[in-house]
Amino acid sequence: MTDLTRLFAADLSARLTSGDVSSVEVTQAHLDRIAAVDGDVHAFLHVSADALDSAAAVDADRAAGKPLGELAGVPIAIKDVLCTLDMPSTSGSRILEGWVPPYDATVVARLREARLIPLGKTNMDEFAMGSSTEHSAYGPTKNPWALDRIPGGSGGGSAAAVSAFEAPIALGSDTGGSIRQPAAVTGSVGVKPTYGGVSRYGAIALASSLDQVGPVSRSVLDAALVHDVIGGHDPRDATSIPDAWPSMAAAARAGQSGDALKGVRVGVVKELEGEGFQAGVKQRYHETLDLMAAAGAEIVEVSAPNFEYAIAAYYLILPAEASSNLAKFDSVRFGLRREVAGGTVEDVMAATREAGFGPEVKRRIILGTYALSAGYYDAYYGSAQKVRTLIQRDFAAAFEQADVLVSPSAPTTAFKFGEKMSDPLAMYLNDVTTIPANLAGVPGMGLPMGLAPEDGLPVGLQIMAPAREDARLYTVGAAVEQLLEAQWGGPLWTQAPALT
Amino acid sequence: MSEITPERVAHLASLARIALTDDEIEQLTGELGAIVDAVATVQRVATPDVPATSHPIPLTGGMRPDEVGQTLTTEQALAGAPDHDGSRFRVTAILGEEQ
Repeated sequence: MTDLTRLFAADLSARLTSGDVSSVEVTQAHLDRIAAVDGDVHAFLHVSADALDSAAAVDADRAAGKPLGELAGVPIAIKDVLCTLDMPSTSGSRILEGWVPPYDATVVARLREARLIPLGKTNMDEFAMGSSTEHSAYGPTKNPWALDRIPGGSGGGSAAAVSAFEAPIALGSDTGGSIRQPAAVTGSVGVKPTYGGVSRYGAIALASSLDQVGPVSRSVLDAALVHDVIGGHDPRDATSIPDAWPSMAAAARAGQSGDALKGVRVGVVKELEGEGFQAGVKQRYHETLDLMAAAGAEIVEVSAPNFEYAIAAYYLILPAEASSNLAKFDSVRFGLRREVAGGTVEDVMAATREAGFGPEVKRRIILGTYALSAGYYDAYYGSAQKVRTLIQRDFAAAFEQADVLVSPSAPTTAFKFGEKMSDPLAMYLNDVTTIPANLAGVPGMGLPMGLAPEDGLPVGLQIMAPAREDARLYTVGAAVEQLLEAQWGGPLWTQAPALT
Repeated sequence: MSEITPERVAHLASLARIALTDDEIEQLTGELGAIVDAVATVQRVATPDVPATSHPIPLTGGMRPDEVGQTLTTEQALAGAPDHDGSRFRVTAILGEEQ
C-alpha cells in the first residue's frame, strides 16, 4: 500500500481528484505520522482538532460534484507567525501563549477558500528572530536528518514538518532567510516571493519592509501550487502589489520540459561563496553549476560588492522595525499581563515584557531602540537605508548580465544545538546568503542540491530573480531539480533516515 | 570602540518598557557593544550622495475603496484581552493617587 505521507501535493491532488483516496484518508495518514514522530521532531506547537472534519467536508463536496481547486483536500502545516481563527497563534513567544486571534491572516483565509486542510501550527524562533528554532519559547525543533542538529530558522518547524513527512506542504515567512535557510538544512524547497507578492495581513510583523510569506515543500512544483493559492493582491495590505501574476505552477511545469535551461544566463555571485563556506557546500554548488552548464545554461560570474554590508544593514533595519512592531505587546489588548502590586500601567508593561520576551527578542528591541534614538539615527538606521539602495543597485547591475542569480542557500549544513547560542553575531552570519534578497525585495528560492560529503547532511541551492519575476524562479528551479534528481535516481528526501 | 555602557542599556530598556534585571543589563552591554561595532561598518559606504531606501518595491496610491466592510465586534476585540469590563479594555491606573 502506498504511504500517503510520501507523496507530493501534486500527486495527492491527482489521487484525490480521481477518487483513488479520500481527503480523510490523506489527512489521517498525516495525523498518524505526526503522532508517531513529532515527539522527537517537535515541528508542531499545535495540532488542529478540526482537520478530519474539514477533510470530510471536502470529500462530501467532491462526491456531490462541486467544483474544487487543485489542492482541495490536501493537508498543509502553517507557521505559528500566521493568525488563525481556530488555533492559537503565538509566534513562538510566551507573551502570546494561548492567544487565539479574532481573524485569519489573508494567506490562511485563501488556504481555506481553496479547501486545503490546516494540520496545525509549526514551531519557530520567537517572533521569527533566529536561524535555529533555539529561540522558540516552547523548545527547539529537531532536524529530521539528524536529531542533534538544528532544522534552521526561524521557520524550522515548517521545514521539519515537510522533511519528516508530517505534512506535504507548509507555509513559512522569510524576513532574512527564514524560509530558504531551513529548506537548505532539511533538504526541502522554500520560496520567498517578491516583496508585496503575497499578503502580509495577519502575519505577526517582525520587520514590515522585509517580511514575506511563502511556501515550503518537497518539490518545486508543490511550492508553485501553494504560491498560486496564497499569492496576489490583497487590499488589506497597503504594500501588496496590485499586478496580475502568471501561474507559478505553469512556470514550474514548463521547467520540467527538458530544455528550459538552454540559453538562460545564470549569474554566480562572487561574494556569496569562499571564506566561511563549508567545503562540501562549495563542492555540491560547483557540481550543480556544471550540471546547469551542461544543460545549456550560460554561467557568468557577477559581482555585488555591497553584499558585504548586507548583514550589517539588516541588523540595523530589522531591530529598528521590530522594536516598533513589538511595542504593541503592551499587556492591554492581548497576550500576557504581569501584575505589579502598587505599580503604574507602565510598571505593568515593563514587567510583562520582561517576563514575556526571550533573550534574543530583548536584544533586538534594545538594539533597535538604540539605532532609532536621537543622535544615532543618521549614523545607524539612516546609513543602513543607504546600504539598502547600494544593494538594490548591485542587484540591478547583476541582472543586466544574468537572468537569474545563484548562490548556496546557506554557508554550512545544519549545525549542532548550542553551537552558536552564546555568540549572537555568529548566529547572524549564518544569514549572509539570504539577506540581500530581502533588502532588495527580490524573490529567492532554495532547493536541495545534494548531501555534503563530509557530514551527509543536505545542502541548498539559492536562485534569485528580479522583482516580480517569481515565475522565472519556478521554471529554472524545476529544471535544476529534474537534472539533480536524474543523477540521484529520485528526490533527495528518499535518502533521509527513518525516524521510527 | 562602542559607546554601549550599562547605563545606556538601562535607559534604552526603560524607553522600550522592559524591566531588565541587573544580570541582563550586564550581559546585554557586552553583546550589544560587539553587535554595534559590527553593524557600524555600514557607515563606510553610506556616503551623502547615496539616497536612502525605506521600502524595496516603491508603490504609490495604495488606497482601497472607502467601503463599509466587516470589522471586529466588541466581543471579538476583547476576547484575547488580559482584562476587560465587557465593552472596554481594563488597565492598571495610568495616573498616580496625587494626580
